[in-house]
Amino acid sequence: MTQSAPKGQSFEHDLEKSDKRVASFEAHSKGGLHRLQHILHGNPTLVPVIVLLVSVAVFGLIAGGKFFSAFNLTLIMQQVSIIGILAAAQSLIILTAGIDLSVAAIMVLMSVIAGNLAVYSGWPAPIALLVAFVGGTVAGLMNGLLVTKVKLPPFITTLGTWSIFYALNLWLSGAQSIRSQDIDANAPLLKFFGEALSFGGARITYGSILMIAIFGVLWYMLNHTAWGRHVYAVGDDKEAAELAGIRTDRTLLSVYMLAGFVCSIAAWASIGRVGSISPQSFYEGNLQSITAVVVGGISLFGGRGSILGALFGALIVGVFQSGLRLSNVDVLWQVFAIGWLIIIAVAIDQWIRKVSA
Amino acid sequence: MSAHPILQARGLVKRYGRVTALDNADFDLYPGEILAVIGDNGAGKSSLIKALSGAVQPDEGEILLDGKPVHFSSPLQAQDAGIATVYQTLALSPALSIVDNMFVGRELRKPGFMGQYLRQLDKPAMRAFAREKLSELGLMTIQNIDQQVETLSGGQRQGVAVARAAAFGSKVIILDEPTAALGVKESRRVLELILDVRSRGIPIVLISHNMPHVFEVADRIHIHRLGRRLCTIDPKEHSMSDAVAYMTGAKEPGDKAA
Repeated sequence: MTQSAPKGQSFEHDLEKSDKRVASFEAHSKGGLHRLQHILHGNPTLVPVIVLLVSVAVFGLIAGGKFFSAFNLTLIMQQVSIIGILAAAQSLIILTAGIDLSVAAIMVLMSVIAGNLAVYSGWPAPIALLVAFVGGTVAGLMNGLLVTKVKLPPFITTLGTWSIFYALNLWLSGAQSIRSQDIDANAPLLKFFGEALSFGGARITYGSILMIAIFGVLWYMLNHTAWGRHVYAVGDDKEAAELAGIRTDRTLLSVYMLAGFVCSIAAWASIGRVGSISPQSFYEGNLQSITAVVVGGISLFGGRGSILGALFGALIVGVFQSGLRLSNVDVLWQVFAIGWLIIIAVAIDQWIRKVSA
Repeated sequence: MSAHPILQARGLVKRYGRVTALDNADFDLYPGEILAVIGDNGAGKSSLIKALSGAVQPDEGEILLDGKPVHFSSPLQAQDAGIATVYQTLALSPALSIVDNMFVGRELRKPGFMGQYLRQLDKPAMRAFAREKLSELGLMTIQNIDQQVETLSGGQRQGVAVARAAAFGSKVIILDEPTAALGVKESRRVLELILDVRSRGIPIVLISHNMPHVFEVADRIHIHRLGRRLCTIDPKEHSMSDAVAYMTGAKEPGDKAA
């Protein structure tokens, strides 16, 4: 069975004396920056959490009590809740190394559908919402099929469906908003997530709570179920995942469908947040959701980052906007600051991904 | 060596347009052996391996596992039947941990409500199992099994991939160029790992271009030429130059009285 000659090749004989552990995982004692890189690599949400805490502290110092009041802090939550929920859906797609430009378009289309059915056609509100949930999931399925079966790049797929959903939305709504009082009269349930728990100066809307609940559920699914591990594996290296035995197309389809479903929940929440149903609302929501995800430290290259990062990313954007406004800074500088946030976040991601053993 | 091959192929044919990659190829792997498959570039050895591992479907011929004909339409089916392949690319997800990689596609769930309805993974059990399997193969100087695979060296990654192939009751392990990307020291360790796996009774198909490595660990050498098996030689009775001569057609196996 085995050869009688001395073990190995002649040039390898001196190896006997060398360190032969192949899987030895030594503790590194390298420089501080290197260690920081490693810590951030292992804990991708650390950066957004630090940025969030620091920006809250800084704006608290600059703008003082106006910023730091319970009212303002809960207002920020309320302001970011819709983009936050969209960012949760966006995170799912970006974790698979995709991108979804149609999330807000799906949301607005579904809010128009639910509103039309419940307010104008007299359907019971729960049924109208159910139709919207199914519709959102089907819209996600359409994106997913184009990506997995037709094999189009996600960017192009969702660029196309963004326009398609937006056009459908203008057609179904006749480019007219559904007025707040009509919703109140016919289907108050649609505005459920605009209601709030108030205590002290704080006003926590159900929409804010919903956003946090959605992040909690998705975090559990991504980190504690096999499905979640597969989402990461597919985003990391699709071919490797396929060879390792994951049905990657099925995983991708489920991700797009879930993202569409989450967008339709955002549709319900948005009616409460805005008060009316406007086909022109949230036109920039697609891009804002991507901003939140990227600022939250989720890699655009897929497979890296925690979905909770997107929650922190959305809050960071909200804190910057609120803090700058309360510091009486011109709106254009808010836009300017958000631009830098995106660039710095992606630069940090690039640096972290270059981690070496 | 027992008389019945565990994995067999008879008359495999695979054509790609006008190119015939496999031309009536036969293949036999016996229990407990390391069978090296060598052949020049374009000889069809990767088509042969892909057919055995379910990545391509032969146009003609049959594959028998334990004497029973099998048909694989995907690598997953071959895996489920007990043929584990460690690809040259390793098929590991760099950003996932060692444990996650070992269990990809066959995760363990918690018992009871959490596992059944909330589908919660049993992470402690998965860690313990991964630790046990890595220790069995002597790879367990790992301090942190939750370490991401991308922070490992090439040899360590190979170790994780082989441990994954060996861990789930495989009948056959196919190793595609396991030492091609490794340095001298790590190659040595991986060869020892291969012998270790054989000593556990799992037969191995080793595809390699590295003649010294092939001659060192293989029990038999399958030489592939022009889409079919030219011959099978015993590395103790033939020299490396014989093997290379057969492989390239410089010499016919009959030329030398073996």
